[in-house]
Amino acid sequence: MARAETSQLPAKMPVTLTVNGVEQRLDLAPWTSLLDALRDHVGLTGTKKGCDHGQCGACTVLVDGRRVNSCLTLAVMKDGAKVTTVEGLAGKDGTLHPLQQAFIDHDAFQCGYCTPGQICSAAGLIAEGKAKTADEIRELMSGNICRCGAYPNILAAIQQVMGRS
Amino acid sequence: MINFQYARATDIADAVRQIAADPTAKFIAGGTNLIDLMKYEVASPSQLIDISRLPLKAVEETADGGLRIGALVPNSDLAYHPLVESRYPMVSSAILAGASQQLGNMASTGGNLLQRTRCAYFYDATTPCNKREPGSGCSAIDGLNRGHAILGASKACIATHPSDMCVALAALDANVHVVGPSGDRTIAFADFHRLPGDTPERDTNLAPAEIVTAIELPARGFAANYTYLKIRDRLSYAFALISVAAALDLDGGAIREARLALGGVAHKPWRDADAEATLRGQQANEQAFTRAADTVLRNAKGYAHNTFKIELARRAIVRALSQAARGTPQSQSNKKIL
Repeated sequence: MARAETSQLPAKMPVTLTVNGVEQRLDLAPWTSLLDALRDHVGLTGTKKGCDHGQCGACTVLVDGRRVNSCLTLAVMKDGAKVTTVEGLAGKDGTLHPLQQAFIDHDAFQCGYCTPGQICSAAGLIAEGKAKTADEIRELMSGNICRCGAYPNILAAIQQVMGRS
Repeated sequence: MINFQYARATDIADAVRQIAADPTAKFIAGGTNLIDLMKYEVASPSQLIDISRLPLKAVEETADGGLRIGALVPNSDLAYHPLVESRYPMVSSAILAGASQQLGNMASTGGNLLQRTRCAYFYDATTPCNKREPGSGCSAIDGLNRGHAILGASKACIATHPSDMCVALAALDANVHVVGPSGDRTIAFADFHRLPGDTPERDTNLAPAEIVTAIELPARGFAANYTYLKIRDRLSYAFALISVAAALDLDGGAIREARLALGGVAHKPWRDADAEATLRGQQANEQAFTRAADTVLRNAKGYAHNTFKIELARRAIVRALSQAARGTPQSQSNKKIL
């Protein structure tokens, strides 16, 4: 591919994100993914880097309330956005989010690496309100891979919370 | 990830002006495919021009009863839009058959048209690929080509177009609105994507510096008798081996008009006017559906690992037309194929 030679690296750009309710003023290279911004610049490592190609869902966060793959999002494009990561789900007093509690109740993880993405994705799923049946939950959670195979328990945990809400 | 400059477009004219001024720049909207391609160094733009904040997010009814969809409407919003669900359910179904909800929340309608093949050799910058590096050769033609094209391929490229949504848009005769340095124009969906020929590096007939601004659906949505049937290696979140968008306009048991488009088989969504013509005026039964399938596949050609797709396509076409005739479209959540 033709690529223009640039005499200097592009300058960093100011990016403001509200992460879990806290405003973060960052200075980022344009190629910084939202995932890397959260982990390496904000210091919130709950969001996980799995495949880094949008295939596994471990990096799922909520941007302005919608679940997205943070690995395929440039932080600079989300300047001004509100981001919720797994660290922002629990109450200020430490009370777990209902999904976090349900994942514990149903033993919905083994190694736990996919869990922050699963929980953020499930929060997005419930907010969307499109999934009613078990089949629909499975389909609309299919962007989150669990190599330990905890799917039946993840489904049960989500159903527990949907039954409540 | 490669390094690049970043700029935001302030309006459509500014976007066109910026991209025309820098041939190595690319537009970015959802980014779900482009950022991935940049991570693999398959795409290496010197500059990204962010169009994601342009006001192209409306879904509006047109004067002639159609629907105009802004190029930046996210795929998932389009799938669940009430007018799309009620009048163009094939479009909803095709979108929901593809990707994950996270990707659908990010990916734009215009970007869906412009996503690139998922041929593994195209993504692997260490292998020859005419689409990625013109003149370097095709690794797939004698390689692992299980998912590759069976129709319309060339010696230069046997890649397939990956979109599900585009298969439905092809079946429904959508139009693509674009704006370029010399003004705006409308491209019929059948003319938007192209076959590889000797220039597989070009996926579409978009001219340099043109931007997709909207997709327009004509009034007829075939909401009563349609299906989108997708056959793939796993039940969800996988690209199609074969997909079929089928729609029928029925008069009792007779077919007034048929629409048939295939995904996963060619470098573009595959329509075949001859196959649709064989159905016109016929009774909607398996015999007619099989004849149509045979017509679609009359020039099909398999390679070492994908010959099975020809028979798979034949059966999928017959099944899809049967689903459309019965008015029982394929569910995209319960995967049982009836």
